[in-house]
Amino acid sequence: MRRDIFQAIADPTRRAIIALIALQAMTPNALAEHFDTTRQAVSKHLRILTECELVTQEQKGREIFYSLEIEKMKEIDKWLEQYRKIWETRLNQLDDLLATIKKQEKEK
Amino acid sequence: MKMDFIVDKQTKTVSITKEFAFERSLVWDAYTKPELLDQWWAPKPFASRTKVMDFRVGGRRFYAMVSPDGQERWGLQKYTSISPKTNFKLFNAFADEDENPELPGSDWDLTFSEQDGTTKVSISIYNESLERLEKMVEMGFKEGTMSQLNNLEDLLAKLTGEKESK
Repeated sequence: MRRDIFQAIADPTRRAIIALIALQAMTPNALAEHFDTTRQAVSKHLRILTECELVTQEQKGREIFYSLEIEKMKEIDKWLEQYRKIWETRLNQLDDLLATIKKQEKEK
Repeated sequence: MKMDFIVDKQTKTVSITKEFAFERSLVWDAYTKPELLDQWWAPKPFASRTKVMDFRVGGRRFYAMVSPDGQERWGLQKYTSISPKTNFKLFNAFADEDENPELPGSDWDLTFSEQDGTTKVSISIYNESLERLEKMVEMGFKEGTMSQLNNLEDLLAKLTGEKESK
């Protein structure tokens, strides 16, 4: 299933996981040590992050290391920046329109 | 005047605040009358074309964003609460040409306040999912187009020119 990135980063534990693996690739066991939670719970969070394509996994021997997809994180900001620009343009157009209306009122 | 744009990823809310050097009743009209809305709603070079608008609680606005080559992208806004000249709320969703909404949508809350002749509009948009936001950007506002239409300097120059010619 396609996951929503807002959902991925809405959870505090997942945000903490993102912060940790942004620095270095980590195994679920190593990650679990940082939280007052079970390994299973950490695995579940990692699965959601994987489905969002925010993390990638790499098998090393018997262990799986998770690392952060920095580019994917940047995508979030890129979308938001475009959304911001749409609103900026739209509201500047409104400002423009209001000025035009006022001008017309005065000319009447 | 300056615009504030704040994204709270935790609460999935986008907050936009903008001040206008005009009285509240005029700003309110620009948001609630279709003939005015269509003049500013679509970022250029897109055009906004309102097909139906019934500004009352339970009513809706069904409109198209039209690209320069004539492609239409439909949007539906259902008004859920209205306090005249102060606040209104709506449920916003993309739609097909037969007014069937594409879910999930988003909940909008718009507040208008006036102080010393300046009207502040605070818009809060709650998105159930970021996918909608992504779609919003995909619907034609490609990066190239955005930078092209982002000629804000032109717009501001025009605006300044109009103010000076008063």
